[in-house]
Amino acid sequence: MVSFDGVWLSYGNLARPDSAAADSVLSDVSFEIQDGGFRWLTGPSGAGKTSLLRLIYLGGRPSRGRVELLGLDPERLRARERAMLRRRIGVVYQDFRLLGHLSAYENVALPMRLAHRPEAKIKADATEILHWVGLGAKLDSLPGALSGGEQQRIAIARAVVGRPKLLVADEPTGNLDDEQAERLMMLITALNRLGTTVVIGTHNLGLVARHPAPRFELAAGRLTRHD
Amino acid sequence: MINLFARDDPLGLRWALADRLLPLLVGAMSFIAALAVAGCLAAASLAGQWQGDGASALTIQIPDPQAAAAIGPGSRLTAVLGLLGGAPGIAATRPLSAEEINALLTPWLGADAGALGLPVPAIITANWTGAGPPDAVAAALARVAPGTLLSSGTLWAARVAALTGSLQTCAAAVLIIVAGIAAAIIAIATRAGLAQRREEVVIIHSLGALDADIAGRFADRATRLAGVGGVAGTLVALPVLLWLAALAAPFAGPAQASGLPHLSAALWAVLPFLPISAALIGWGTAQITVRGWLRGLA
Repeated sequence: MVSFDGVWLSYGNLARPDSAAADSVLSDVSFEIQDGGFRWLTGPSGAGKTSLLRLIYLGGRPSRGRVELLGLDPERLRARERAMLRRRIGVVYQDFRLLGHLSAYENVALPMRLAHRPEAKIKADATEILHWVGLGAKLDSLPGALSGGEQQRIAIARAVVGRPKLLVADEPTGNLDDEQAERLMMLITALNRLGTTVVIGTHNLGLVARHPAPRFELAAGRLTRHD
Repeated sequence: MINLFARDDPLGLRWALADRLLPLLVGAMSFIAALAVAGCLAAASLAGQWQGDGASALTIQIPDPQAAAAIGPGSRLTAVLGLLGGAPGIAATRPLSAEEINALLTPWLGADAGALGLPVPAIITANWTGAGPPDAVAAALARVAPGTLLSSGTLWAARVAALTGSLQTCAAAVLIIVAGIAAAIIAIATRAGLAQRREEVVIIHSLGALDADIAGRFADRATRLAGVGGVAGTLVALPVLLWLAALAAPFAGPAQASGLPHLSAALWAVLPFLPISAALIGWGTAQITVRGWLRGLA
């Protein structure tokens, strides 16, 4: 389960009530997503989608309130336990965050290496997923030699290759054409059916309409819709 | 360290942690450390030798040796020899012959010093094996043969010991300062490496790498570079140490006074620990620096 309870995120001083609301990126956000759930997260640019997703993938800590991820309270975890929790969360970053000096294959293999998977399984799974996202012929290519869409597909492959319990994606189709976007949604839907909890942040309402699912909507850091 | 990144270098550390500057600076520190260690050991060795030779040697001068002793029968010389023979802590008592005394006087009075008829004291050499200065023996000698002089090396030995102690303290201070500078250099280099590879570190961290894994990668690289610097610095110090050993050879006893200069076994035993120490400082400093930096991440 993913649960937010009265979560604020601010870069100001929350101890000063007069400045808190003005500086808050997220204000009093509360929701729950059951295991195996699927949520779209929509809202205009600057609404706080990326900040909320960061809190879900442990990219930041809330200024106030309580976050629970996969049944765990990250604030109560030690560094090693937080790292173990991160390994159960697949993330597709808006800016891809690929390692530029590693090949497409090595980028995708990295999460499994971190999880100490056997090399034979790493090779089989990484190769398979890269073929699935249409990059089977570019296993050895460096990200810098690939287009934005291809880099995004590597990022997606890296996020899903370890079959995470929770998948968080921030504009995962932003650089993909319609056909690739649909293939990606097939992949994510299949993972969701296998039990992965999915949260996708997007401003592509057409994509949301083609794949109906419960939706959160953010506006100015506040949850204005909660299906 | 687990075989986590065996197939690659995901942090790209081969482009970070300056692979020339760091070994060069650590090498310079190792060079200074080698000189400090050698100085410390040499001071200890020379002091031990000088203290052993000087502190135990006694020289007794008996003016007018054939005159009657103040206490007991016989001459002053006989009385002194008798007293020394039964005194605790006195060993290897030996009166110098007339030829030996003449040989000692020759530089000042010429080869025929004995023929000048000058009143020459009798001289006795002995070894002092007791604790502390032989003041009680000197007092007893003055009673049986007033005017007898007893010279011992204990005062000089005490001064040499004090000098040695201060030299060793200086050397230890130099070693501590050098180790501190080396740690600071490695910490700065590691922080520069973290700044340079920040993006990669953050990505690996977000994918679930343990702090120990990331710190271990930096520590491995720092250990290697510091170790290389340590080996180079120590090797460069060797010819300098041999040259210094050659300069010090005349003061290091007859065994070292001839032949090629050589370093003591103790120094040979200690020198290999300099690169090892440099590598350990590299490992520990990188671990502490990276783990501290990672604590700042979410």
